[in-house]
Amino acid sequence: MTALWNVTAIFQKEWRHYFGSPIAWVALFVWTLLFGIFFSFGVTFFLEMSMRASQQAMQYGGPTRLSMNEMLIQPILQNMAVVALFIAPMLTMRLFAEEKRQGTIELLATSPLSDLQVVMGKFLAAAALYFLMLLAGLVNVVLIWTYADTTPEWQPVASGALGLFLLGCCFLAMGTFVSTLTRNQIVAGILSFCLFLGMWTLGWADSPTAGSGMKVVAYLGVTTHLEDLAKGVVDLKDIVFYLSVITFGLFLAHQSVESQRWRA
Amino acid sequence: MIEVDSLTKRYGRATAVDGVSFRVEKGEILGFLGPNGAGKTTTMRILTCYLPPTQGTARVGGYDVFEQPMEVRRRVGYLPETPPLYPDMEVHDYLDFCAKIKGVAAREREAKVGAAIDKCRVGDVRTTLIGKLSKGYRQRVGVAQAILHNPDVLILDEPTAGLDPKQIIETRELIRGLGGDHTVILSTHILPEVQLTCGRVLIINEGRVVAEDSPENLTRRLKGAGTLRIEVRGEENAVLATVRAVPGILAAHVRGGHDEALVIDVEAEAGRDVRSDLAGAVVTGGHGLLGLQQMGMSLEEIFLHLTTTDETEAAGAAEAKEA
Ligand SMILES: Nc1ncnc2c1ncn2[C@@H]1O[C@H](COP(=O)(O)OP(=O)(O)O)[C@@H](O)[C@H]1O
Ligand SMILES: [Mg+2]
Repeated sequence: MTALWNVTAIFQKEWRHYFGSPIAWVALFVWTLLFGIFFSFGVTFFLEMSMRASQQAMQYGGPTRLSMNEMLIQPILQNMAVVALFIAPMLTMRLFAEEKRQGTIELLATSPLSDLQVVMGKFLAAAALYFLMLLAGLVNVVLIWTYADTTPEWQPVASGALGLFLLGCCFLAMGTFVSTLTRNQIVAGILSFCLFLGMWTLGWADSPTAGSGMKVVAYLGVTTHLEDLAKGVVDLKDIVFYLSVITFGLFLAHQSVESQRWRA
Repeated sequence: MIEVDSLTKRYGRATAVDGVSFRVEKGEILGFLGPNGAGKTTTMRILTCYLPPTQGTARVGGYDVFEQPMEVRRRVGYLPETPPLYPDMEVHDYLDFCAKIKGVAAREREAKVGAAIDKCRVGDVRTTLIGKLSKGYRQRVGVAQAILHNPDVLILDEPTAGLDPKQIIETRELIRGLGGDHTVILSTHILPEVQLTCGRVLIINEGRVVAEDSPENLTRRLKGAGTLRIEVRGEENAVLATVRAVPGILAAHVRGGHDEALVIDVEAEAGRDVRSDLAGAVVTGGHGLLGLQQMGMSLEEIFLHLTTTDETEAAGAAEAKEA
C-alpha cells in the first residue's frame, strides 16, 4: 500500500514537471501536428486511390473498395512509430540525469522509498504522457467514423494503437535506464536515441533470404512486432516480446540505480 | 541513539573514512569538525543509508544502516551539502512532495508541512519558485525538508556554508532550537561554529577521529598552546629579555613594529594561561603595554597540534615500552 503511494508521489512530481516545463507541450504539439499531417496526406492519397480503383472496377471489374486499414491507418501508425523514436528521448533523458545533477537523487535515495518505486514512478509518468499523446493523435482516426460513409475495421486500429503504445513504452523503459548512466541530460538524450535506433534497425535484418541467425536478430527488432499488430493480428508472442523489453529496461534502470550506491 | 563502530569507507583504493567510532546520545548536538576532504560527508552519507560502508557498522535508533535501511531512513532527517531542491517547484509544493516520500500520513501532511514552514521561517516564500530563492532561503527550505517528518535524528552537512553572517546566526539559532527534541549531527570546517552550537565535538582529519571532547574542554586544551600577540613600547632587546624571563613562555619573536611600538608574538607552554603574568612582567619591567591579544588557532594549527601531540605521545609510549 505504501509502495503504491510512493510510486504515486514520484509519478505526480514527474507529471507536474512535464506540464510545468515546455517538454509535455512540445511533445504533444509535435506529435499531434505530425499525426494530423500524415493523416490528411493519407486521406487525400486514399481518396485518389479509391477513385481510380472504382473507375478501374467499372471498366475492367474487380474490387471497388480499397481497405482503409491497409492503405490509410497502417502507414500512419508506422510513420508515428518513427516519430516516437525521436520524441521518446525527450521524455526520458532528464528523468534521472537531472536528479543526479541537482543532487536531489540524494533526497530520493535517503527517503524511505525503494529505488524500484522511484524507477516505476518515473517510467509510468513518461508512459502516461505518451498515452495521452497517442489518444490526442487518435482523435483524427475517430473522425473517420463520424464523417466517412465507409469506415475502417476497428480491431486493426485498436491493435495497431496498442502496438504503437507498447513500442513507445519499450523506448521509454530503455530511455529511463540510459538516463541513470549520466548526470548530463543531453548526453542521456543522444545515447538513448542511438540505442533506440539500434533497437529499430535490428528489424532490418529480416529478408526472404535471411538465414536463421538473421531471423533471430530481426525478431529482436522492435518494429518487427508492430507489423502484425497493425494488421489486426494480435499475437500473444508480440505482446510478450514488448512486455519483456519493457521489463528488461526497467530492470536495467533499477540495477543501475542500485549499483551506483556501491560504486559511488 | 547513534552508534558507529570502526566504520571504514574506501573509494577504490582511497580510504575516505578510516575506522571511525563514536556514539551520540538522545537529544545531543554533536559537531563534526574537519577540513575539506576529512571524510565528514562520507560518514554522514553512510549514516543516512546513501552509501554502504566498506567495513564496520553504524546503527541509528537501534537499526543497522545496512540491514534495515528503511527503518533508519524513516527516523533520519538529512540535509546534504548541497540542499536537494527542485528549482522548478514552489516551496510549499516541494515540502508537500517531501512529506509524501517520507511517509507522512495524508491527514497529517498539511499540518506537518505548515509546522516545518513556521519553524524554518519560510512562510513568506511558500509560493515562490525555489529556483528564485536566495541562498539563505534555500538553506532554510533544505532544513525544513529535513525536519518535516519529525525525525529522531537530524544530520546536517555544513548547514551554514556559503551563508552571510546574519543568515549564519539565524541558522545557528534554528539548529540550537532543534536540539533536545532531536539528536543532531552537524558538520563544519569552521571552529566557532561548533563552539556556538554543539554540546560535543568530534574532530576528524584524513578519515580518522583525532579528538573528541566538549567545545569548552577542546578550547581549553588548545588555548594554552596558542600564541599571544603583545604590543609594547620600549627598547627591543630589553623587552624580549623581560618577556622570555616569564615562567611558561617558550619563545618570543618580534613580528614588526611601528611608531616605537613593537609587535611581539609569544609562544606559551600548552595548558598554561600566562596572560596576567606576562602583562605584570612587562609593566614592572618599565615598558609600556599597549595591547595583549590571544591569537585564535586556525583549524590547520589545531590539526597540526592534535596530530603531532598524538604522535609524540605515541612515540613516548613506544620508548617507554622499549626501556
Ligand atoms: N564519490 C567519490 N568518489 C571518490 N572519492 C570520493 C568520493 N567522495 C569523496 N571522495 C573522497 O573521499 C575523501 C573524503 O571526502 P568527504 O567525505 O567529502 O570529505 P568532507 O566532507 O570532510 O570534505 C576526499 O578525499 C574525497 O576526495
Ligand atoms: Mg563535505
